[in-house]
Amino acid sequence: MSVSEKTVTRPANETPDQEELDKVIIRFVGDSGDGMQLAGTRFTDASAAFGNDLATFPSFPAEIRAPAGTVGGVSSFQVQIADFDILTPGDEPDVLVAMNPAGLISNLKDVRPNGTIVVNSEAFIERNLHRAGYEKNPLEDGSLDSYRIISAPMETLTKEAVKESGVTGREVLRSKNFFALGLMAWLFNRPMDPTTEWLEKKFSKRPDVLNANLAALKAGWNFGLTTDAAPTTYTVKPAKLEPGTYTNVTGNTAMAWGAIAAGQAAKLPVFYGTYPITPASDILHELSRHKNFGVKTFQAEDEIGGIGVAVGAAFTGHLSFTGTSGPGLALKSETISLALMTELPLIIINVQRGGPSTGLPTKPEQADLLFAIFGRHGEAPMPVLAAQSPSDAFDITIEAARIALKYMTPVIVLSDNSIATGSEPWNLPDVSTLPDISKPYQMGPNSGDEYLPYLRDPQTFARSWAIPGTPGLEHRIGGLEKQEVTGNVSYDPGNHQLMIDTRAWKIANIANDIPPVEIDGDPKAKLLVLGWGSTYGVIKGAVRRVQKRGLPVATAHLRHLNPFPANLGEIVHSYEKVLIPEMNMGQLRHLIRAEYLVPAIGYNKVSAEPFKVREIENRILELIES
Amino acid sequence: MTTLNYKRADFQSDQEVKWCPGCGDYTILASVQAYMAEMGVAREDVVFVSGIGCSSRFPYYMNTYGMHSIHGRAPAIASGVVTANPDLSVWVVTGDGDALSIGGNHLIHALRRNVNLKILLFNNQIYGLTKGQYSPTSEVGKTTKSTPLGSIDHPFNPVSLALGADASFVARTIDMDRKHTMEILRRAHEHEGTALIEIYQNCNVFNDKAFLALTGKDERVHNQIRMEDGEPIIFGPEGEKAVVIESGVARIVDTASVDPSDIHVHDSREVNPSMAFALSRISSHPDGPTPIGIFRDINRPVYDQEMARQIEAVTEKRGPGDLQTLIGSQGTWTVE
Repeated sequence: MSVSEKTVTRPANETPDQEELDKVIIRFVGDSGDGMQLAGTRFTDASAAFGNDLATFPSFPAEIRAPAGTVGGVSSFQVQIADFDILTPGDEPDVLVAMNPAGLISNLKDVRPNGTIVVNSEAFIERNLHRAGYEKNPLEDGSLDSYRIISAPMETLTKEAVKESGVTGREVLRSKNFFALGLMAWLFNRPMDPTTEWLEKKFSKRPDVLNANLAALKAGWNFGLTTDAAPTTYTVKPAKLEPGTYTNVTGNTAMAWGAIAAGQAAKLPVFYGTYPITPASDILHELSRHKNFGVKTFQAEDEIGGIGVAVGAAFTGHLSFTGTSGPGLALKSETISLALMTELPLIIINVQRGGPSTGLPTKPEQADLLFAIFGRHGEAPMPVLAAQSPSDAFDITIEAARIALKYMTPVIVLSDNSIATGSEPWNLPDVSTLPDISKPYQMGPNSGDEYLPYLRDPQTFARSWAIPGTPGLEHRIGGLEKQEVTGNVSYDPGNHQLMIDTRAWKIANIANDIPPVEIDGDPKAKLLVLGWGSTYGVIKGAVRRVQKRGLPVATAHLRHLNPFPANLGEIVHSYEKVLIPEMNMGQLRHLIRAEYLVPAIGYNKVSAEPFKVREIENRILELIES
Repeated sequence: MTTLNYKRADFQSDQEVKWCPGCGDYTILASVQAYMAEMGVAREDVVFVSGIGCSSRFPYYMNTYGMHSIHGRAPAIASGVVTANPDLSVWVVTGDGDALSIGGNHLIHALRRNVNLKILLFNNQIYGLTKGQYSPTSEVGKTTKSTPLGSIDHPFNPVSLALGADASFVARTIDMDRKHTMEILRRAHEHEGTALIEIYQNCNVFNDKAFLALTGKDERVHNQIRMEDGEPIIFGPEGEKAVVIESGVARIVDTASVDPSDIHVHDSREVNPSMAFALSRISSHPDGPTPIGIFRDINRPVYDQEMARQIEAVTEKRGPGDLQTLIGSQGTWTVE
């Protein structure tokens, strides 16, 4: 298993040695019901506790339980752990843990040459082989000869291990994911305590299940040890990360915490109006657990109701959010326009998934960018931001709230399925240093003894925020065009042009209030790789590899998509070539070409899978050499 | 503190009212403004939210907080307002197209949740703002611009619909009857939870005299079935007609033909909605005897209050949330 750039030679003796790796990529695959997400998450958390840097990529079918044993029902969890700062869950697994033939057949193509395959041998029976599409048993026909195979009869061994635990019937075999986890923990010398502690907490009320899982975990470890399942075991040392306190966080969780943090930074109660939709629902789940922060979560009757209640709460002075995914964003479009016309602060989270229509609900894609920027009737400009990684989802949510409040505007924040469900270590901020983003309510008249709802701040062009319950400031807002200053209904043509110009200027001016784009790499390079959103890690990884070859290349990543940072035009003009990798058909490229008249080159992948670092690296090399 | 010595004029905004001359909306506006002066709630604590349609211009004419929102969405937006601040008095103004067609989903879910909203459904049985198409309360056979051969759409009975959605307060009144309207507004305000008030409203341009049976000088006494709590339901010039309910079905009978003890005695506080529903089925269209008044007025948990209570209870139990603790709650490790 030559997974390392620092592989040491194994001494020739019979006891398994520890070989030190700088990084390893492991993918757990099995039926949706096999518990592979759980096994992967536990392996990840143990590695996090050990101090590795890591990145994860869970992938699962949209069906809750697709037919057992079929390729359509395969659920997978990939994790890369390393002793240095990594940026992605990795391209090719070094180790594939396959709980059944369907998992093997659908994932084998990704495994690196000479990689390791761990299988539950008892799943490789006639019926399962047939369901997966195998004509012969791959464990017996020699087709896997170039891989190292660790084969364990996981069902028999799990059954034996859990005998004393008290679980019966179908619950017996449920523990086999912990057998697999135990085996992997042995192979990679993972600490057991984090998993044991997690199990004890999780199953404190089910001692039988707790004991079964603990027994299976231990049996997996012991199987590795006693059968010399591999000639060496491996270690991946803790990473030399920036000093600090870390946690492993998914994008959805970070976004929920970001909303709570934004409420504290703004000194406002948080309101989250939404409707369940994959893959955004976990934001609702997380926020609804934290009502002691004063958070109000409202699960509405539909997507439109979800944003409707959020607009009502924004009018009433809450820091208001709604969250959804593509189809839901389409339904919310009309209400976003109302928030824009009434100039209320509102944050719309869109966790992108594969589209169009229902599309691929559990797969990542970045194809809602143009929809976020332009998907409204009329001239309706509004800020659009995008998270670049799971932990950045926290910061970007606070930034969106800052802009929404300061400029009294709805703001769209884009995430995607890989950020939302993927995780990475996050150096926890000291929350006492969060910026003050508060926007005080209007408490009295703003023009003599009158209150004029559409009188604007001369710097930001934001209107004031007078909330119901404030004496003397009673006023009406609505979707009809507003007369400047008074906010009364106006059909005057000159006024409409003025208001269109004002709303456009208000948003365009935000470009001066966001950080400039930073260049990473050689500013004299001929090629700039420009990205946005979840491609951050793969682009940066690819650029690093090209730089290691001694070739000049630069990269920049956008978190603000509308307006663009003020220096972006200058930057894209200062490179001979601009390459834009995106998980869409070229949406940012379209914007860059239109805005700056540069012939940006696209690299587009819309295959329901994230880019591999190697793919982008190769594209960069082609462009440098051409 | 505002002194609550209001006059009707205190609730009139400075905007010119622009409904068609003779529209029933004027009378309703006058009744609502007059009631607001009596309601005993500070003007700044009152919010009117509307959707789209003729009636939905209403908030512009009220000197309170208000939002003229999107077609059909007012119940959702208003639910957000009152959930954010349960101390507000939040009123929704909507029409038969706004509430029952494009906004049907939000309406039934607001009623089901029992959010503290007072929903005034102006039912004129026509689309006015779009100039005369049939609405979800128009009668079958109605000839309009969009139904030149007569409507083939079966209409909703808004009261039956609201009762079916388990609304805790359902009433019906008539635009011209300001005294009755104000009384119903008062009862709706006193009710905790969602109140739906269907207001028969004459559109004198596109559907004139739709409610003549209930408003005509000669006709109304024959057709208005007034429901009063604790009273047997009797109507007609001499009380010669009565309502009996047998096997869940309400029927109109000659008063003289039945034992007085068989005449239905109205009770809007009855928790079981069956009687109220039976009464709502007496008339699915106001061209004959039609019940007017409060069908149902019962207490059940109010959504916005429950949400506030949950937050309070969990905060008491766990203490106010600490953000630094929260972000470290999934297990941490330290890098020196």
